[in-house]
Order: sequence, then C-alpha cells, then structure tokens
Amino acid sequence: MQHELPVPHGLVRPGAVSLRGVEIAYGSFRVLDRLDLEVAQSEFLVLLGPSGCGKSTLLNAVAGLTEVDAGEIWVGGRNVTWKEPKDRGIAMVFQSYTLYPRMTVRGNMSFGLQVAGIARAEIQRRVREAAAMLRIEDLLDRKPAELSGGQRQRVAIGRALVREAAVCLFDEPLSNLDAQLRTELRTEIKRLHVRLGATMIFVTHDQIEALTLADRIAVMRDRRIQQLGTPTEIYTRPVSRFVATFVGCPAMGFIAGHLVEGRRFKADGLDLSLDGYQALGEMAAGRPVDLGIRPEHITLAPGHPEAIEAPLELVEPMGSDLLAWVRLGTVSLAMRLPAETPLSLGDRLPVMLPASRFNLFDAASGLRI
Amino acid sequence: MSLTASRMLPNNNFVGLRQYATLIDNGRWQVSVVNLALFGVLFLAASLVLGFILAALIDQRVRAESLLRSVFLYPFSMSFIVIGLAWRWLLDPTLGIEKLLHDIGLTGAHFDWLIRPDRVIFTLVLTAVWHASGLVMAIMLAGLRGIDREIWNAARVDGISTWRTLVFIVAPMLRGSFATAFVLLATSVVRLYDLSVATTNGGPGIASELPAKFVMDYLFDRGNIGLAAAAAAAATTMLATVAMVVAPWFYWQTRRSRQAGMA
Ligand SMILES: Nc1ncnc2c1ncn2[C@@H]1O[C@H](COP(=O)(O)OP(=O)(O)O)[C@@H](O)[C@H]1O
Ligand SMILES: [Mg+2]
Repeated sequence: MQHELPVPHGLVRPGAVSLRGVEIAYGSFRVLDRLDLEVAQSEFLVLLGPSGCGKSTLLNAVAGLTEVDAGEIWVGGRNVTWKEPKDRGIAMVFQSYTLYPRMTVRGNMSFGLQVAGIARAEIQRRVREAAAMLRIEDLLDRKPAELSGGQRQRVAIGRALVREAAVCLFDEPLSNLDAQLRTELRTEIKRLHVRLGATMIFVTHDQIEALTLADRIAVMRDRRIQQLGTPTEIYTRPVSRFVATFVGCPAMGFIAGHLVEGRRFKADGLDLSLDGYQALGEMAAGRPVDLGIRPEHITLAPGHPEAIEAPLELVEPMGSDLLAWVRLGTVSLAMRLPAETPLSLGDRLPVMLPASRFNLFDAASGLRI
Repeated sequence: MSLTASRMLPNNNFVGLRQYATLIDNGRWQVSVVNLALFGVLFLAASLVLGFILAALIDQRVRAESLLRSVFLYPFSMSFIVIGLAWRWLLDPTLGIEKLLHDIGLTGAHFDWLIRPDRVIFTLVLTAVWHASGLVMAIMLAGLRGIDREIWNAARVDGISTWRTLVFIVAPMLRGSFATAFVLLATSVVRLYDLSVATTNGGPGIASELPAKFVMDYLFDRGNIGLAAAAAAAATTMLATVAMVVAPWFYWQTRRSRQAGMA
C-alpha cells in the first residue's frame, strides 16, 4: 500500500478521478490493458463501446467492486486503489435497478445512511431533497414491486444521490427502459448533473446517450480506449473506422477505393477530389482506403459543375427529415434531406460530396489517414 | 377404533372418549408430546438457520466448500437409522468420543449426552439438525445463486456489511426457499420414529419418547390397539392443525415471492 501524498489545501478536487496504468484480468483473460484516464472535477464522462469491451469492468474498478491487478485509482486527490467502495467518495447506479425488494423506497434510500451512523434528521433531509429532485415523493412508502421500471430507476438514482458523493457512477442505467422513458430519464440525469456539479462517469453502448450526455466520450473497444474526446470531435473526426461506424445514426456510409496521384480518390465508377480534406499523415498514391461520409454531409447541388448525377433508389421518411438512398458507382449511400424535398424513385439527383467532410481510413488497419 | 376397548385384537365394545382420557393421563404420552414440540421447534429453527449460514458461506466462496458439502450434504442421503446408530456409537461413553478423549488423557471430558435424561432430547435435535441442514443448505444455495450479483454490489457501495446484507436484504428475498425448506423439515419431524429408536430407543427411561414411537409400542409390544389408535388420532389431529396453519401461509408466501420475482 502506498502513502497518500499530502495535497495542498485548496487544491483538493473532491470529484476528479484518475486511472493510472490500470490492468485487470479474469484468469488469463486480460480485460483492461494498462489503461490511463483522467476525469476532471464536475465532468460528465461517457464510456461508450459494444458489450463485452470492458466498460463495466472499468467502472467497477473505479467503484472498488473489482480489484485491479496493476495500476492505481485516484479519486479527489486520494489514492483509493485499495479502499472499500464506501470509502471512495462514490455512488453508483446499476442497470438492473438493484433495489432491496423487501424495503420501501424510503428504506432503500436510507438504509446505507443508517448503517453509516448518520443522524436521523440528516437522513430525512437528504431523502426529502433527493425525492423532490427526482419527483418520487409520492412513492416513498411503496415497495419496489409496486413501481414501474422508470420509477425504480429513479429510486435507484435517489439512493445514489443521498450519499452526496462527489462522483456518481452509472452502469447502463437506462438500458432496461423502453424508448420513451429512456429519453425522459436521460434528460433528467443531464439536469441533475448541471444542478449538482458532481463528476459523473456513465457507461452505455448507446451512442445517442453518449452524444447527448457527455462532456467527453471515451470510445472503448477490446480492452482499451480507442478515442477520447468531445462528442463533436468523436462525431466529426473519428480516429478509426470502428468509431466512425459505432457513433452516428443513421450510420456513416463507406466507399472502398484507393488514393491516386494529385490528392484524388478513385473507386469503381467514381473519381473524387480530396482538396479540402485535412489529412493526419501523408497520402501515398495507390494506398487502399475506405472513404466515409455521413448522410447529412451529402448535399444536392443542381447546376454545380462538380455535382455527380446519382440515381435515387429508395426513400425512408423519418418525420422531420428523410433518408434518400442514391447509387454512386457500385455503392448505395444515404443522404439526409428535408422531409418536404420533392423526390420520385429513379430521379437522377445532382449530389455533392464535400471533401472537407470526408473521413479516410486505411483499408487494412481501419485507422484514420 | 379409538372409541373401543380393543386390546390385542379389535373389538366393538364402545367406550366413548375413555381411551382419549387415558391417553391424556398417560405420563409417557405427555412426555412424548412435550418432546415432539420441543424437538420440532428447536430442530426447525436450528436447521433453517444453520442451513442458511452454510449456504451463505458457500455462496461467498469460502475455501472449505467441498468439505462443507460432504460433511453436511451426504448425511441427508443416509437414513435416520444409520445416522442414529452412528451417533449412538459416537456418544456411547465406553466406545465413542468420550473413550477417545479419555484415552488421549482428557479424563475430565464427558460426552454422556445420550444417557442423561435432561440432555437426551437436545442430543436428538443435534443429530437431526446435522442430518437435515445439508438439504436446507442445498435449497438456500439455489435461492442465493438466483439473486442478482449486482444487489450485492449495490449494498457494498452503500457501505452495508456482508452479514447485514445477508440478514436484512438477501434473507428476506429468500422467503420462498425458507418456506420450501420449512415444509420439508416439518414432514420429517413427524416421521421422527426411526431416529429416536435407533439412537436411544426412547430412553434413558422415557426421556426421549416421541408420539410415533408411543403409537408403535402400544400397537405391537403392549397389545393395546385402542390406546394406540387414540394416540395416532391425536397425533394426526395435531399434525392436521399444524398443516392447516402452515399450508395457507406457505401458499401466501410463494405467491408473494413469485410476485416479487416478477418485479
Ligand atoms: N467475473 C468474470 N469472470 C470472467 N470474465 C469476465 C467476468 N466479468 C466480465 N468478464 C469478461 O470480461 C469482458 C468485459 O466484461 P464487461 O466489463 O462486463 O463488459 P461490458 O460492460 O463492456 O459489456 C467480457 O468479455 C466478459 O465476458
Ligand atoms: Mg456492462
């Protein structure tokens, strides 16, 4: 065990979380591989990734529910690597609600505080405030079995709030809810974050949740963080084809081809200029690449000299706008257009693919070029 | 039958409730009923508690899991006769544990529980508890394994200790398992004849007499069919009364835990 460094008064940040070289293995199966992550005080960080990539493991390590094999975990300037969950200054909400079924809502929210020896009046104040914030005052005397899924998850959030912890951890808290409740509670969690200023680490496999909630998103895949950045960075400049596909709905469209001399991209029946594309490295001619572009970045440009005539194959109305599938060379790409755009199948649409919106990925490694 | 004066063979001399009056006055019957009640309460409580604790230990992955399994689960596969004889031998002052302790120099040690009238019924309880807690353990373990691990995690984050989680959160979730184990154990209390015969044969004196043994003795050894029938009817009535209390409770409990399960 390691001594805690004395932190100068005034510099203590009760909500900052930092993972330093954290490794976790189940037997010989390594789930996290020398992982580093800094979460700032009051930040809303979302861990996004497909299921099985190690998100829960990472969150449980911060909570102290899973022991690390190597590395350190710091919360609020203290090394908590070997501290019990209750002593880490964290609270947690789980996917499956995990309410104590035989206790009332009030009992669920206050039991932990009672055990911690907190005064009765203080417990009552905290329960009252949390219940008011989550609008569950009327439910305090009910048992979990008498509540709907959305109400149960509110209670679970309430149970976390009464701990008044500087860090709140969420492990897919919305995935068991139906779509409407999910959006509702999502907004509510964001509101709580603004109001409480607590640091929040939120695990999800739902990219919409990630984009709407996060100050920063950490996209995880196969035991490591592939990209860490603001939702805008993740959305507009994904570092890999994996991130590009995982984030965004409807998904980014891809054209397989290769780079040619004079900063151009060539594919079957297509030859596009790459002028305006901000490349990360050199663009060697002949290199096989995947060109990705999001549906809303393809535009109609009647009369423009660079416009490509593309036949319309399919229209998917989506309420406020629509998806028009057009054929470019050998691939179908979706473009997002206003719902009132007059279209009929078989039209040849003059489409523009702006190079500044391209995402080029190496065909072999999948990494951004 | 219990309303006749039948002795060796059934006859039809109607004697009204006289056999029941005789029965209630019979000191041996009184001892056996008190014994049954004492035995039943102690046995049920101890088996449920011990079985639950064992299951909790195994569920928390203590190292001694296989030892616990073999010490407590295998006895259940043996009959009360075998168990009873084994304990009779172990606790016989001239053969078993006492002799062993004396042989290694602990001459102050006394394991005379089976021959002391004030202790013998508790020794029977001990034997029966050991026999039954393996079954309770298996039932409870199945229940425990069905509980979402995240409940444990939530309680840990809440700072609730393992034993508090077990007692205040997990045990209440296992009402259905407790009810199942209770009913199974209760039926074995009524079947208790063989254990008392094999271990003590009702003795010393009549100190470990039980109703089932009373019935068998009067029926076969003493040739008093009328009194035996009265005793059997009385025992059945007691059982039916208990069943009438337990059955609705059991039904209600399982319904409740099913509702909670759907939650
Ligand atoms: N207790 C465990 N024992 C063995 N493997 C586990 C255990 N928990 C998780 N894993 C494995 O570790 C990987 C990451 O799991 P997890 O962190 O739960 O992923 P996520 O939350 O992203 O879906 C998965 O492949 C899972 O099968
Ligand atoms: Mg998970």
